[in-house]
Amino acid sequence: MCNPYMPYLAKIIRIIPQMDDVRLFQIRFEDEKIRDEFKHRPGQFVMVSVLGTGEAPISISSSPTRSGIIELCIRKAGKVTDALFRLKENDAIGLRGPYGNGYFLERIKGNNLLIVAGGIGMAPLRSLLWYSLDNRDDFHDIILMYGTKTPNEMLFKDELFSLLYRNDIRCLLTVDRDDTGTWKANVGVVTKLFDLVGLDANTQRHEGRETQGKNNSFVNTSATTYAAICGPPIMYQFVLQKLIECGFPKDRIMMSLERRMQCGIGKCLHCSVGYKYTCTDGPIFTYWDVMNMQEVV
Amino acid sequence: MKFLKLPTNNLHEFILNLKKIGEVHIPIKKGEKSFVFRKMNELCDIRKIQLDYHRTILPLKKYFYHPTETMFEFSMTGFVQPEQSLEVHDIIFGVHACDIHGVLTLDIVFSGKYRDDYYFNRKKNVSIIGLSCMPDEFCFCNSMATDYVETGFDLFLSEIPDGYLVRIGTSKGDDMLNLSRELFGEITHKDIDAHKEYSLARKKAFKRSLDIRNLPEIMDLEYESNLWDELGNRCTSCGTCSMVCPTCYCYRIFDTINMDMESGMRRRQWDCCLFRDHAMVAGGHNFRQSRSDRFKHRWLHKQQSFAGVFGRPSCVGCGRCIEDCPAKINIVTESNKIQRV
Repeated sequence: MCNPYMPYLAKIIRIIPQMDDVRLFQIRFEDEKIRDEFKHRPGQFVMVSVLGTGEAPISISSSPTRSGIIELCIRKAGKVTDALFRLKENDAIGLRGPYGNGYFLERIKGNNLLIVAGGIGMAPLRSLLWYSLDNRDDFHDIILMYGTKTPNEMLFKDELFSLLYRNDIRCLLTVDRDDTGTWKANVGVVTKLFDLVGLDANTQRHEGRETQGKNNSFVNTSATTYAAICGPPIMYQFVLQKLIECGFPKDRIMMSLERRMQCGIGKCLHCSVGYKYTCTDGPIFTYWDVMNMQEVV
Repeated sequence: MKFLKLPTNNLHEFILNLKKIGEVHIPIKKGEKSFVFRKMNELCDIRKIQLDYHRTILPLKKYFYHPTETMFEFSMTGFVQPEQSLEVHDIIFGVHACDIHGVLTLDIVFSGKYRDDYYFNRKKNVSIIGLSCMPDEFCFCNSMATDYVETGFDLFLSEIPDGYLVRIGTSKGDDMLNLSRELFGEITHKDIDAHKEYSLARKKAFKRSLDIRNLPEIMDLEYESNLWDELGNRCTSCGTCSMVCPTCYCYRIFDTINMDMESGMRRRQWDCCLFRDHAMVAGGHNFRQSRSDRFKHRWLHKQQSFAGVFGRPSCVGCGRCIEDCPAKINIVTESNKIQRV
């Protein structure tokens, strides 16, 4: 009998600090068979158990293209994450999943992908980012826009900086303010980055922009653009406004919702939003879905 | 389906014979006006049975979905699921149609891709014998289309003046009936007419009605109505309505740790969406901060959201939440109010 509530034992392989209250946990299932069977999609989440404390839903930050180890980028914010931060490398935790729908890869394939992240919102989007870069031929143009308050709060700095030199992705990083005096990239809110790219959701009217330099690569193709966004509520508000101005259809904007969850499998009802369960119908919803739900933010 | 007749005088003997195959639970009086299902034994014999009870305090869910239960035990080396003791066969006698619908609704929730076997394992060993009933001032099952059942019972007894029309729902029901086949007779046309008369009289006996056909739409339109604030102010978030509801199934999951500080149990417990922390996430943000939001969410989920996912509202019209609400909130009256101009 397979009990969906039963986690599998896993071990914390490595803890990589990102900020005071954010760490990247590298985790591996103890059982080799479970390790091999675990297949996730970008945007899905796992239920993490700290035995004796409880369980919490955490989005997966690693790409399924790099399997074996599951990476969870976690901010210390509640009871379970507090306990998780007390654990050390080699300590055991429980893990079950993956759960949720994940990003709509089948629909995005063959199209442009715009990723907009704010703060800790990079955590689930990092999975999509590396998935798309590792399956680069499946996508047309890829743009990443990532903003944080200060340079210190930027997650995955090293790997994101390395993207600045790649020509198959346009990586735009920004901070609200530079308190270090060493920040070389953009300063300003993430929506300001939209001015740097000629962005039009339907990319039909861009003949003129093609020639403006290799990085400005949202070129005239038959591909349309999908946007995946994740960040604090205030960012959602302004980015959504910008995307609608750019002509994005509401069902091509993908958002990731956060809710309290107890089961992760559509039973306990804590994560219900209107007609939907965040755990089984989401956590990825289109803006159109979200607009039709009550109590969303 | 097959029908037989059980004369009134034979009822007790039939119930007593059921003890040959399992524990029999019958509705008995508990307080002044309250009833419970209780196992028949030396302290609770057949003479205590209340055939004209309206509703038990807790619905049938208490048998399959315990108020608290251990999901598994854990230690540093792994997880063990405790054996569920399933030797005893329970027969619940005298279940009303609305409560059977309540179980059918929970069946939908706990099945699907992620099947909840804590629930279904317990269900395997329980038989249900239904019993017809006359509504009191709280019942509105006719409005929720749960006043009759077609499935979900092993036997169903419908009252007629000199006995019961017994409908056989399952082969297990047939076996139970065969324990005392000699107590049953064939039905006549006179019995069918008597059954029809009972049914017509029952339809007329309902004192409340709720038109659910456009209720989801109206509730959407009146999402910002002041009525929700009024109700939120009266509601005390005590959670009684959820505990007694046949189809409320929210739960929370928590760990308890043993004295060795290494092993422990993961348990779950009935929860209620009216409780303040129900939609609170780490960091303290609460998606349903105000009581009126939580009240609205509960009733909208019953009537609208559940139907959006599973095709029918989850409320079965049993009237428990109305009878038991300490703030005297009557959800039918309030829904009627919101539908009026």
